[in-house]
Amino acid sequence: MMELLETVFVRNNLVVAFAVVGITTWFSYWLANRLTAGRIHGSAIAIAAGLLAAWFGGIMTGGSRGVADFALLSGIGLMGGGMMRDFAIVATAFGAQLSELKKAGLAGVVSIFAGVIVSFTVGAAVAVVFGYTDPTEVTTIGAGAVTYIVGPVTGEAIGASEAMMTLSVAAGLVKSILVMIGTPLVARHIGLNNPQSAMVFGGLMGTTSGVAAGLAATDPKLVPYGAMTATFYTGIGCLLGPSILFFIVDGIF
Amino acid sequence: MIIYGVALLSACLVAGMLIGEGLGIVLGVEANVGGVGIAMLFLVLVCNSDRFSALTVGAAGDGVKFWSAMYIPIVVAMAARQNVAAAMDGGALALSAGVAAVAVSFALVPVLSRIGADKDAGADGRETTP
Repeated sequence: MMELLETVFVRNNLVVAFAVVGITTWFSYWLANRLTAGRIHGSAIAIAAGLLAAWFGGIMTGGSRGVADFALLSGIGLMGGGMMRDFAIVATAFGAQLSELKKAGLAGVVSIFAGVIVSFTVGAAVAVVFGYTDPTEVTTIGAGAVTYIVGPVTGEAIGASEAMMTLSVAAGLVKSILVMIGTPLVARHIGLNNPQSAMVFGGLMGTTSGVAAGLAATDPKLVPYGAMTATFYTGIGCLLGPSILFFIVDGIF
Repeated sequence: MIIYGVALLSACLVAGMLIGEGLGIVLGVEANVGGVGIAMLFLVLVCNSDRFSALTVGAAGDGVKFWSAMYIPIVVAMAARQNVAAAMDGGALALSAGVAAVAVSFALVPVLSRIGADKDAGADGRETTP
């Protein structure tokens, strides 16, 4: 019986991964609606569940690729590998209208660049405080503070270790969840009550799921304005992280 | 044809990666310099150009949209294959970096909102991918 299961699962590993990730995602969105009334986006719970499963997988198998080291789930390794990740992230740029950027105006564009650079600098500074001095490590943590996708994309491009890339995903996830929960709490204090400030907010925060969920909890009418600038954020992050920002860090250390 | 959109997406990624890799060699660093970002730039330029509309509208566009919608599931898979056990020691670092980045970014919202605040920024709503 076990043998039969293993034969089918291993032979169709990528297909199994689709099904497993689909079930995980469904369960996470159900939890998000049930337990947090949608305050925390289902995607954040799903990613957190992924990290938790990876931790469990690492402990159980002693391997370095999370649940992908279980033979039955080896397809997760392919589905979540660098090639598929880059393919999907590039696809998210589809439909981004350059005219939207014009509508966002100077403040919107400035906020996107400022958001990437500020988050990166803060993340990198925290890494230095924690005693990291290797430029690839400092850069990867800084990029993770930009978003959980800019972290591993940058880390892989500059040859960071797996552990550093994992930390960058975790840092990005913390940021995303914090934006979801924190936005309605601080909205009044940061003047987040009009389209203009929502666009600046989207550009500064950049984490699309965080911005969408955070603004929805604040005022649903503001979501499209925040999403408009946040859409460009990850792209700019992937562009600047493994290039100018890495060179600057490399020059300092 | 859906494959046209998928092929366009692939071509953008390969072109971006080639340029990123080439830049790394030219600049003498062992890195793919901004390859993914360059690929995204290509895709934005292509889908904003009328000349390539055959590759971006209708079924061809669906070929790209499918992969765009697969973004979060792929990130979930990416999370599930991380070396979390080895990264556990750095948990406090990840937490601090995330919290600090959000705190500073929140504080900057009112500052940057002042840029061009007098200008009218009219815009229509648009749904975007999560």
